[in-house]
Amino acid sequence: MSEIPTRFGPYGGRYVPETVIGALDELEGAFSEHAEDATFQAELEGLLGSYVGRPTPLYRAKRLGERYGIEKLYFKREDLCHTGAHKINNALGQVLLARRMNKGRIIAETGAGQHGVATATAAALLDMQCCVYMGRTDMQRQRLNVVRMRMLGAEVRPVDSGTATLKDATSEAIRDWVTNVRDTHYVIGSAVGPAPYPEIVARFQAVIGVEAREQILAEEGCLPGAVVACVGGGSNAIGIFRGFMDDAEVELVGVEAAGHGLETGEHGAPLAEGSPGVLHGSLSYLLQTPEGQVSEPHSISAGLDYPGVGPEHSHLKDSGRVRYTNATDKEALDAFKACSEAEGIIPALETSHALAAIGRESSRLVGPVMVCLSGRGDKDVDQAGAAMGLDV
Amino acid sequence: MSDGAARLQRVFAEAGRPLFVPYVMGGFPDLAGSHAQAVALAKHADVLELGIPFSDPLADGPTIQAAGQRALDSGTRPEDVIEIAASLRAGPPVVLMTYVNTILAAGERAFFEHAARAGVAGVIIPDLPVDEAGPVREAATRAGIAIVLLAAPTTDEARMAAIGRAAEGFLYCVSVTGVTGGDVTVGDELRDFIDRARRHVQVPLVVGFGVRTPDHAAQIGEIADGVVIASQLIRLYDEAASPEDGEKALDAYAASIVEALDRVPA
Repeated sequence: MSEIPTRFGPYGGRYVPETVIGALDELEGAFSEHAEDATFQAELEGLLGSYVGRPTPLYRAKRLGERYGIEKLYFKREDLCHTGAHKINNALGQVLLARRMNKGRIIAETGAGQHGVATATAAALLDMQCCVYMGRTDMQRQRLNVVRMRMLGAEVRPVDSGTATLKDATSEAIRDWVTNVRDTHYVIGSAVGPAPYPEIVARFQAVIGVEAREQILAEEGCLPGAVVACVGGGSNAIGIFRGFMDDAEVELVGVEAAGHGLETGEHGAPLAEGSPGVLHGSLSYLLQTPEGQVSEPHSISAGLDYPGVGPEHSHLKDSGRVRYTNATDKEALDAFKACSEAEGIIPALETSHALAAIGRESSRLVGPVMVCLSGRGDKDVDQAGAAMGLDV
Repeated sequence: MSDGAARLQRVFAEAGRPLFVPYVMGGFPDLAGSHAQAVALAKHADVLELGIPFSDPLADGPTIQAAGQRALDSGTRPEDVIEIAASLRAGPPVVLMTYVNTILAAGERAFFEHAARAGVAGVIIPDLPVDEAGPVREAATRAGIAIVLLAAPTTDEARMAAIGRAAEGFLYCVSVTGVTGGDVTVGDELRDFIDRARRHVQVPLVVGFGVRTPDHAAQIGEIADGVVIASQLIRLYDEAASPEDGEKALDAYAASIVEALDRVPA
């Protein structure tokens, strides 16, 4: 049985109602048992290959590289995963685990809808009942994904509390779990939440980094100078970073949402502007008032519109192993447009934040530069098209 | 034993019947309104539970969530709620209900020292399970305040034993697998849970979540040492035509609960 950390430095923990502690213990036990079980591994790896489409390619983005003044820019193409983002890696792993735990019902929260779609997909595949909580604001800006989830047979429950975005959807999913914990598994979509969730999500996403490391060595014969990823809760980032954590020469860069600009206070950048606090079961950097009320974040991208961040990122910030920067809504939109035009790849608005930081910092990044192209932007075309003045 | 724990346990020892523990959300609908509710309920209460509003209350259902949001919208700060407690110090012991981030943001030591100066006996923290309670508990103990732990129907024997070793004041037994504001069923599951708690926990057992009626209170009074009523009080107050009517409704309702508890055979 492998050890599952409860804390990353001082961060993490289990700040949840007593009602679900037993379920967290059960999950920890099931993960420890099955993660190293050959049958489980074979089933997951088989599905990741034939169903998700792994390994995803490593693609050299020459034209965007030229535009940014970077000789070697590589995309780790998680946008090519089935359902269009890295989220399926974790959703499939957790739903398989839920089946092993004999839980017949799956719930999830979703912001951009990518995790909701991935979970609904895994639930359809494995014949489980699925309910997804989504803020009403997000349902409007990510309408396509709402329709997809419903087509997949999932129930989408609108959440109206707070700003009706990811934070509120997560709180509501946790309340459902507290109520139905005996027969329900909560598939958290990012590397957040009470232990053991952050570690479980990181391990299911670590496949990104493991593949990427092998691929860049095969392609270039050397490691990348920098690996860049966007950070909301931080699951795609932790997934790719885990492949390079022990390679001290590889700079790891996480990119938060600066929204309308850090100076406006309207952003989703807890690592830059927050302080340690407890939200959704773990201690981590958090946007909050001096009294400890959780602040309402802002980002153009629903997936980064979150006031907290995974506890491992807080530890990696303090330890200095990862450098965290950020990109505004406008910078992200510019990068969205640049990538679409130069590469014929429409990236998710979340991913566009990572691209924007690369464009801005091209002169200081050591090549080859690798970015986790965490998702595709089909879901964002209405919103980005309107912002770009396209007739849509 | 902290001074707060001793005060709470004394109330149980002296009552001679199951205790009535009503809840007031501090700052709902505003500070004056919550103060008036607390005064109306304190006449009947054996222990008064006073909530500090939090933006993301994971253990609460829609009624308390909405009340908390209205309290925040009216500008309520944690120190305002502690001041309400201070103004009630002549009445029954006050127990604060707060999520852990409120305490961390204030600083554990500062929070509990302020609460102690206000005469607060105990603090209930629904998102701080016994395994995480260490540093918070130390600061509370130093200030003479009891950390009131919670147990749930899903708490197994081993955890119940650990909770029993750390419990002080009383144990808050969550009646349902769920959030506040539902509907309790006093059946075998609750009885088994309370039996399990009795075997491992020395302090009095108080049952809350989903308790609405005098009948509920009486049924729970037969198996436990006290009952918390929260969402139902908020609904009653909120549905009244005026704040005065709301206070009257709370007064009458609280009297009916105490009457029901008085009838519970000793």
